[in-house]
Amino acid sequence: MAQSTTAAAPALHPVPGWRAGPFAELAGPVEGAELVGEVNRCLYCHDAPCTRACPTGIDVPAFIRKLATGNRRGAARVILEANILGASCARVCPTEVLCEGACVHLLDQGRPIPIGRLQRTATDWALARGCLPFGPGKATGRRVAVVGAGPAGLACAAELARLGESVTMYDARERPGGLSTHGMAEYKMTADLALREVEWVTGLGVELKLGQRIGEEPAWGTLLAAHDALFLAVGLPRAVALGVPGETLPGVRQALDFIEELKLDPARAKRAAGRRVVVVGGGNTAVDAATQAKRLGAERVTVVYRRGLGEMPAFRYEIDLLRGDGCELRLETMPVRIEGRRRVERIVCQRAELGGPGPDGRRVPRAVPGTDLAIEADLVIAALGQRLDEGALAGIPGLAFANGRVVVDAATRRTGNPKVWAGGDCVNGGAEAVHAVADGREAARSIHAALSEA
Amino acid sequence: MADLSLDFCGIRSPNPFWLASGPPTNSGDQVARAFEAGWGGAVWKTIGEPIVNVSSRYGGLDLGTARMAGFNNVELITDRPMEVNFREITEVKKRFPDRAVIASLMVESKRAAWHDVVARSQDAGADGIELNFGCPHGMSERGMGAAVGQVPEYCGRITGWAKERAKIPVIVKLTPNVTDIVRPARAAAAAGADALSLINTVNSLIGVDLDTLAPLPTVRGQGSHGGYCGPAVKPIALHMVSTVCGDREIRVPVSAIGGIATWRDAAEFIALGAASLQVCTAVMHHGFRIVEDMIDGLSAYLDEKGLTLASLRGKAAKNVRRWEELDLNYRVVAAIDHRRCIGCQLCYVACNDGAHQAIGLRPWAELGIEGPAPASMTGAGVPVIIEDACVGCNLCSLVCPVPGCIRMEDRSGTADRKSFLDYQAAGETPRAAGQRQRKTGEG
Ligand SMILES: Cc1cc2nc3c(=O)[nH]c(=O)nc-3n(C[C@H](O)[C@H](O)[C@H](O)COP(=O)(O)OP(=O)(O)OC[C@H]3O[C@@H](n4cnc5c(N)ncnc54)[C@H](O)[C@@H]3O)c2cc1C
Ligand SMILES: Cc1cc2nc3c(=O)[nH]c(=O)nc-3n(C[C@H](O)[C@H](O)[C@H](O)COP(=O)(O)O)c2cc1C
Ligand code: SF4
Repeated sequence: MAQSTTAAAPALHPVPGWRAGPFAELAGPVEGAELVGEVNRCLYCHDAPCTRACPTGIDVPAFIRKLATGNRRGAARVILEANILGASCARVCPTEVLCEGACVHLLDQGRPIPIGRLQRTATDWALARGCLPFGPGKATGRRVAVVGAGPAGLACAAELARLGESVTMYDARERPGGLSTHGMAEYKMTADLALREVEWVTGLGVELKLGQRIGEEPAWGTLLAAHDALFLAVGLPRAVALGVPGETLPGVRQALDFIEELKLDPARAKRAAGRRVVVVGGGNTAVDAATQAKRLGAERVTVVYRRGLGEMPAFRYEIDLLRGDGCELRLETMPVRIEGRRRVERIVCQRAELGGPGPDGRRVPRAVPGTDLAIEADLVIAALGQRLDEGALAGIPGLAFANGRVVVDAATRRTGNPKVWAGGDCVNGGAEAVHAVADGREAARSIHAALSEA
Repeated sequence: MADLSLDFCGIRSPNPFWLASGPPTNSGDQVARAFEAGWGGAVWKTIGEPIVNVSSRYGGLDLGTARMAGFNNVELITDRPMEVNFREITEVKKRFPDRAVIASLMVESKRAAWHDVVARSQDAGADGIELNFGCPHGMSERGMGAAVGQVPEYCGRITGWAKERAKIPVIVKLTPNVTDIVRPARAAAAAGADALSLINTVNSLIGVDLDTLAPLPTVRGQGSHGGYCGPAVKPIALHMVSTVCGDREIRVPVSAIGGIATWRDAAEFIALGAASLQVCTAVMHHGFRIVEDMIDGLSAYLDEKGLTLASLRGKAAKNVRRWEELDLNYRVVAAIDHRRCIGCQLCYVACNDGAHQAIGLRPWAELGIEGPAPASMTGAGVPVIIEDACVGCNLCSLVCPVPGCIRMEDRSGTADRKSFLDYQAAGETPRAAGQRQRKTGEG
């Protein structure tokens, strides 16, 4: 097949919206000679490890072979049938620990097939056409409500529509997409792309109702009564507070608010950009906040984390990115107070001593008195994680919680309430977009099966 | 999705993709799995008196990292009893009534033997019969296979015997190991064949083990010539299929075989006139699953071009001409897109050593391109075409590793055609126009 992709010579840089500057996308699609090389390097494995490693089970060798034969429509279809957010997953998935981390060529060549970027090449076809390579299914006449229009809700709604269910999707925000629109690092993916994917889903006939916080208006009971089933995909709406004196000072912000502003109102974010920024936390969100603060022009960005490097929840390559961007990392350090007259001026930290294992098995850090370290800061960003808002779900009878997560049956994603299924971050406690998509799709299939039986 | 269903001389199948007779169609279990994967039909591994094969029996030609670009075998027909094959044909046909099951047959050149095996095939429920006149090794020495296919008279005679008994369509499978494929093809058609299929494998010796000095594949230190197939034989098959499809005396449909691995290969054969496609080596390499993209890709292509399977068939045939009919007024020259060029200079060396010294090297700064030279183009310079030395042979664009970097541009300057035949008719001799002869390409 070595010759086959030369038939239609692609443009050199065909990416719409591929911009220059610090927020330019980190990686583009694979095209031209690189495409010919990579699609032919793929072995087209049988029962392929990359497919097994993908939470949505995309048939990776099949779509790569389709790229090799010049069948881009087919390649896009294979991806989008398995994962309706295949275009954004191509950009934001941690492929190093998923598909690419399982590639057989890591063993014989030390270099995996660039699956994420090839997925982008394929899904760019659908983006350029502005349409999905498939449509909705034959109407069953049943009605399903999806609460939350993030990745889990979108995937569930799309799959339900393909199965012929009539879907109404509700979101409390004015903009759909959940964290896909509001949270992804700008150099990975723009809000615009997330919104185009939402349009694909509404294009399948899914009705979208925005600005409706279910539980407040309408109430859960009202929604349950009006639908045959309900999929709960509310994510983790509550940010964890720093819990130190001074955190209400102007200039102390939550990471998600900071990132959202940067994505949706870049001009304002630029004006409010800090010169000296301290980010507290050790997860991927902390990294995203730090790298983006730096790209906004901060002189100095310090990430303060209370445990050691090996215990940072952020992925290795995210930490590499952090360092590559010139951010400073202070380990085994924890904040004790924030100081400033009218607004934040500095954050005072102490050395953290790691004690015995806590309830989650990880070492518990304790501040060591007398080791004060003051870091000058005009912006402090808290990135300590997100929590479920259990109170907001109290109106759903039969729903059970454990470890701050909604409890579901692992195979079906059905909750204790037989009419309610749930998935995404609110069930897994915060994972990747692709896990949310997998949950949504599986829940849709289970909902359809259950309703078809009844 | 375009409709790919097919009526091939009365044999119906949901798509034109059939498994060729060979190891993938050895057994009912395999054919059933192939049908589950989507194959429209299967030509059973050639049925006859069961034989005993040698071990080992296959050899591959690798090109760079591409494994099995060519494939060679010294395998014979089925090694399983006739009754087992016929029973499994019945079973598969019952499970998959909408798919085409074709019995490939080869028995000794006796009328009674052919009558018997034809009758048993139709009793088993086969939709058609394929007469294997092509196997180039082992069987031909016993007066079967290519020994028949290479002699038009035998081809016609045995086709006639089969037709005497057959109530189902008879396809004759031709060997490419002949000087002129049209002669056996015409003989079979004249004897009543309902269709032709080609090509079977090409005589070959795929390699020599330089340690043991035995031919490959090796059977206890020795080897034998075998049959060549896979992607490498596609151009041979394309030519033979287009020749047979274009022959005025042959009016029966053609099933194309030889190096088909993707929907693109298939579309090319269809455009040259083939009605159905058969695949062996590509399935041996990648499994039955490849048919999914063949179906998907061909439908996407037909949709995209606004064509149907029937309207694509033979659409390229009118453009296949004899050399003397080609337009000598047509002139293309190479054009390098320097924004894509990576500075490998493969085109430069190819043109200077292997073609017409029409590519020179110039410093980046002289090209008037914005921005600094890429590192690979700072030293020696950048390849540039010397248009009046370029004969438009394509070589540079073929060696260039970057898709779309070297294109051939039309410089004919006239829409008038003038072929060698036109020159002859006018009593003139064609002369190359406007090409400066050069000693070197330094520009
Ligand atoms: C900063 C950050 C960066 C990330 N980066 C990546 C990355 O690079 N790659 C990756 O794969 N993943 C990343 N993730 C994770 C990914 O964003 C999530 O796993 C994914 O968005 C979860 O999808 P979800 O649908 O479960 O929840 P969400 O995306 O959170 O969507 C939940 C939606 O529900 C709505 N909602 C909540 N309550 C109600 C209610 N009562 N009524 C109506 N609507 C309601 C919310 O408004 C929201 O739109 C990142 C996460 C964060 C926080
Ligand atoms: C191992 C092997 C065994 C084959 N056996 C048969 C056979 O029994 N009968 C037959 O008609 N052709 C046989 N063929 C030829 C194929 O059917 C086909 O004509 C040829 O391989 C070209 O197609 P391909 O390039 O798709 O393989 C065999 C080919 C191979 C590789
Ligand atoms: S492919 Fe199968 S039959 Fe052939 S050598 Fe390998 S194991 Fe043996």
